[in-house]
Amino acid sequence: MEFPRLLAIPLNYMPLAAIERATGMLFQRLLKEHPDLFERLGEHKAKRFAFLPGDLPLAFIVEPARPAICVIRKSAMRSAVDASVEGPLFMLLALLEGRCDADALFFSRDLSITGDMEAMLAMRNALDDADIDLPRDLSALAGPLAPVFGKMAEDIRRRALADEVSAWN
Amino acid sequence: MELICPAGTPAAFREAVDAGADAVYCGFRDETNARNFPGLNFSRDELRTAIDYARRHGTQTFVALNTFMRAGDEEIWYRAAADAVALGADALILADFGLMAHVTERYPEQRLHVSVQASASNADAINFLVDAFNARRVVLPRTLTIADIARIAPQIRCEIEVFVFGGLCVMAEGRCSLSSYATGKSPNMNGVCSPASHVRYRQEGNELVSELGDYTINRFPAGEAAGYPTLCKGRFDIADSRAYAFEDPVSLDVMGEIDALAAAGVSALKIEGRQRGKAYVAEVVSTLKRALSADPAKRAALLAGLRNLSEGQKTTSGAYEKRWR
Amino acid sequence: MSRTVPPSLTMGPVYYLWDGPKWRDFHFRIADEAPVDRVVIGETVCSKRQHFIEPHIAEVIERLETAGKKVVLSTLSLVTLERESRQIRELIADSEHLIEANDLSALGLLNGRPHSIGPLVNVYNAATARLLADRGATAICLPPELPFTSVEKIIADDPGIAFEVFAFGRMPLAISARCAHARSKGRIKDNCQFVCGEDPDGLPVKTLDRQSFLALNGVQTVSHTCQALLGELASLSACGVSAIRLSPQDCDMVAVAKLYRAVLDDTLDADEAIALLREIYPMAPLSNGFHHAREGAAWVARARNTAHGADLS
Repeated sequence: MEFPRLLAIPLNYMPLAAIERATGMLFQRLLKEHPDLFERLGEHKAKRFAFLPGDLPLAFIVEPARPAICVIRKSAMRSAVDASVEGPLFMLLALLEGRCDADALFFSRDLSITGDMEAMLAMRNALDDADIDLPRDLSALAGPLAPVFGKMAEDIRRRALADEVSAWN
Repeated sequence: MELICPAGTPAAFREAVDAGADAVYCGFRDETNARNFPGLNFSRDELRTAIDYARRHGTQTFVALNTFMRAGDEEIWYRAAADAVALGADALILADFGLMAHVTERYPEQRLHVSVQASASNADAINFLVDAFNARRVVLPRTLTIADIARIAPQIRCEIEVFVFGGLCVMAEGRCSLSSYATGKSPNMNGVCSPASHVRYRQEGNELVSELGDYTINRFPAGEAAGYPTLCKGRFDIADSRAYAFEDPVSLDVMGEIDALAAAGVSALKIEGRQRGKAYVAEVVSTLKRALSADPAKRAALLAGLRNLSEGQKTTSGAYEKRWR
Repeated sequence: MSRTVPPSLTMGPVYYLWDGPKWRDFHFRIADEAPVDRVVIGETVCSKRQHFIEPHIAEVIERLETAGKKVVLSTLSLVTLERESRQIRELIADSEHLIEANDLSALGLLNGRPHSIGPLVNVYNAATARLLADRGATAICLPPELPFTSVEKIIADDPGIAFEVFAFGRMPLAISARCAHARSKGRIKDNCQFVCGEDPDGLPVKTLDRQSFLALNGVQTVSHTCQALLGELASLSACGVSAIRLSPQDCDMVAVAKLYRAVLDDTLDADEAIALLREIYPMAPLSNGFHHAREGAAWVARARNTAHGADLS
């Protein structure tokens, strides 16, 4: 499943600042729910990680040491990252929640990974252990964009799960 | 037969217990075990919590200390053994004779299992470990056929555990320094085969190129299923032909033979995959658990769904089948 | 153990399949010409090859012993079949010679008898060496993978046993139930027709970029590079290593043995010896990476005693 095109197109035109603000809010919320999220990264905490949804024009750059997330357009991506993972958005989200096995997605070539493998492996393991549940963790979000993103998370999750079930059985 | 399940993180551990594992095996977050990958494995506190969780669900916990003690750093392994014993591990899975001797002497009550890394591939070898260290169970290397196992079982004085699903070492385990030849990190001493620090992937045209150290180990054309960046599953040139010299990217699945394994005298079936995600652990453990109690005729259908999770999206029965040799 | 006596030389077992006469003649020449003290003989890699050398074992032992060499019999490194187990039991029950154990079954069966331990048994620390010594082992050839820091530490802990180091030859890196050598020639182990005999120095395995990497020797995989500890002999000798092992390759092994002997006796400079060794065995680049705790394939050039600073002044 790809990220719905109709949703992707507006993201091309939406002001980056708005997307970044919303993403930052989600990120902070997740950290509040999972304060130990990056503890497993150890020495790799200081590195920069790029999450590249193949079906979106955006790159999500995570810096666990600060901790911070920034969103940039892929076309404008110049600053170096240590490791990046690319795949359909719903898969990246499923990985975030530990609902898919990254190795399996790598074997099937759905995910591609470049850069510092140790750092990316540590990030994968950290996320896998974190018990993230996006709809649950984000349910307490406040602010004007909350309803939009809350609904979006659920929608993506529902589709991701449907896809997962069909792929695995 | 018991189902022995892998856990690389506390989350995967809980999934394995919830999915019906009879025992979960895991290791500390250091070089004392053979899955010493970044971000993986357990702190002492995490192991304490995990063992407690397992106990409440009637599940056992085995702690793998299955690397070889680096000369001069033995204390790291001795401390790990002391802590695992103190935390209440139901068994220690060991490979190094020096460590086995230490555990046998210091903790005579502790149940000791022989790791696959010890490469005890025949009755005399296993009986040596039983006599010398009071080993209660041996994990057999993936070098034996089911007929070999059936022949060995009545000759030995301990239980047999065999790998039935997951990653497949093509070489005799614990006796392979291919990875350290290429990277300088030893699976035996550092607990990691094809260390991530030495793995690189790059896209070259349509091909995904995987490299380990200074060596190209594979090129995957677009759309072809990939495998782990291990040398024994690499593609090489030999004379004029280009092929997988040792084995394809493939993983082990002998669940179709569980009746034969039971008849051969196997007590426990082991799933490889401490490096895998909790989703994998949950899916594989629950499926194999169901397969164990299912009508043999229905097993194949049950297991077919797991193939997509496998390395190269393919499975083999490996050395359990004589023709594999 | 006196540390002033320089280490002796041991000729390891031939890992490759050489036909009977070649194997015999090799050992005859070693007996007559090579300055080695011990010679380890016997099929170590694949039990199927046993019959090639069997007719010549008695004459080879006799020739070696007449020449004053100590003969040690090697056991198989991977034992899975009943036939293989039986062979090891019989060898151990009958042999008047010292036996070198290469797998755990031999270790078990040799309990309480003097024996030696080959480089294919995992001895990574002094605790393991001590345990093996307590069971009767008198000498251990340490695995090629061990860095010098480990060798030094193990010997310093003095587990009461003699140590040998693998100093020449392609390094045994892995062994499998599966025969990659047979597979590469379109066969499987059970109908291999001894195709490994076509490659008396191993069958080269190259990467997809045509970089030489490994060599196949039946069920064993060896390095493409040749372990060459020559510049390291002085420090090995100083830390108390008693013997230096040379593992036969398809080259002039008498010349190799003389070269190592000369460096040990301090009659030949190590750098000169390295240059000569490259001429004696030009088929493989030299490596010593494991010794220096690097990747095994690496070559670490010898640090010069002369300070570069002198040139700069």
